[in-house]
Amino acid sequence: MSDDHVYLTLAEGHEDDTRWAYGTGFEDPLHGVDTAVPDDVDAGELAALCVTLADDALVCAQRLAEWTTRAPELEEEVALANIGLDLLGQARLLYSRAGQADGTGRDEDAFAYFRDAGDFRNVRLAELPNRDFAFSVVRLLVLASWRLAHFERLTAHRDPVLAAIAAKGLKELAYHRQYAAEWAVRLGDGTEESHRRMRRAQEQVAPYLGELFTAYDVRDEVVAVLRQVTEAAGLPMPVYRPLPGSGRTGDHTEHLAPLLAELQGVARAHPEATW
Amino acid sequence: MVTALRDARRARRIAEQVPDPELPMLTLADLGVLREVSLTEDGTVVASLTPTYSGCPAMAEMRAGVAARLREAGYAHVEIRTVLDPPWSTDWITAEGRRKLAEHGIAPPGAAPRHAAGPVPLVLSPPRRSVPCPRCGHPDTEETSRFGATSCKSLWRCLACREPFEYVKEI
Repeated sequence: MSDDHVYLTLAEGHEDDTRWAYGTGFEDPLHGVDTAVPDDVDAGELAALCVTLADDALVCAQRLAEWTTRAPELEEEVALANIGLDLLGQARLLYSRAGQADGTGRDEDAFAYFRDAGDFRNVRLAELPNRDFAFSVVRLLVLASWRLAHFERLTAHRDPVLAAIAAKGLKELAYHRQYAAEWAVRLGDGTEESHRRMRRAQEQVAPYLGELFTAYDVRDEVVAVLRQVTEAAGLPMPVYRPLPGSGRTGDHTEHLAPLLAELQGVARAHPEATW
Repeated sequence: MVTALRDARRARRIAEQVPDPELPMLTLADLGVLREVSLTEDGTVVASLTPTYSGCPAMAEMRAGVAARLREAGYAHVEIRTVLDPPWSTDWITAEGRRKLAEHGIAPPGAAPRHAAGPVPLVLSPPRRSVPCPRCGHPDTEETSRFGATSCKSLWRCLACREPFEYVKEI
């Protein structure tokens, strides 16, 4: 059985061999899943929740991917790209579910490429530029800790598809949080410079924490995890002074639109194109 | 009826032999991602696959591979379904799959962590896991990166023979 055969089968499964980029026939990631929304689930609310969780993941994945060719070491670059890939996969599943639930039948591309910044519901923390590695570590620690706690609760959601997406993502997120937590300890408890940068990153992240703690009551659990990490890292818990507004209601920083311009540029320049 | 059963078993054997695109030494059956193959009354083969990771880019190739192989074998109507629940675990990699991984220099996974319901605990100093070197068998190895060339693998090196190797991490 040769490796070549795998690629032959790819071509055979399609009319043409165009399948490696946007618009080239990526299949619905929920292909063949029973898509009915249970009667006791509010389909509108389900769709809104899926979009929120998908937007966080997509925007975060885009920022993580920006580290490619720029991370301190090749291993970290690979790790950050892999974490981004997991999140992108979660986003694809969640967008597909949202399109089924809201009755529009929109696919993942419609959500990812053809909505403007004001329609995105990600928390602002996800869209802030990467700044330095310390900032990206603190941000990832916060977002992964929150998402892990949230997904753990979602495994009991009445919608079986969302519950299954959460159960799958939960395992991935445990690795993401572990990665960020280990780096936080290493940098916080590292050199004077790395400690200083971690302190600065904490101050930069703190104003955005409030947006995360709204829908589900995971605040205490997440704060406990952050406290555990900061103590091990020899860092203080940052003082929490929330900013007004929230990405959850469509308020975004000036950084989201340029991120989306890069993400959506090709799809918008050539809508429906295949190549 | 007997023919139909025999035919379903044949379809299953064909689907089972499709190689994984990223770990081509393994079949989809070895990897534990082929959940079910059945034959409907009208002769359609229904094969159910489960993704390893949410973002696994190989999923589309797996679907295409199974469909193409079944069509080659004479099944005109093939339907591929995705099963998300329960989520895939490395515990589903078969003993044969583990043997093949090791044979190709990839350390097979240990038992997947079991989470009881409730918050997933964060352990900052995990007990040092012993992953014997798949080349020389020496137990003295260290992790160089939690994430490798694909989501499912981490990077290690052997401190005895100095060879780097990949390790399929438990999930």
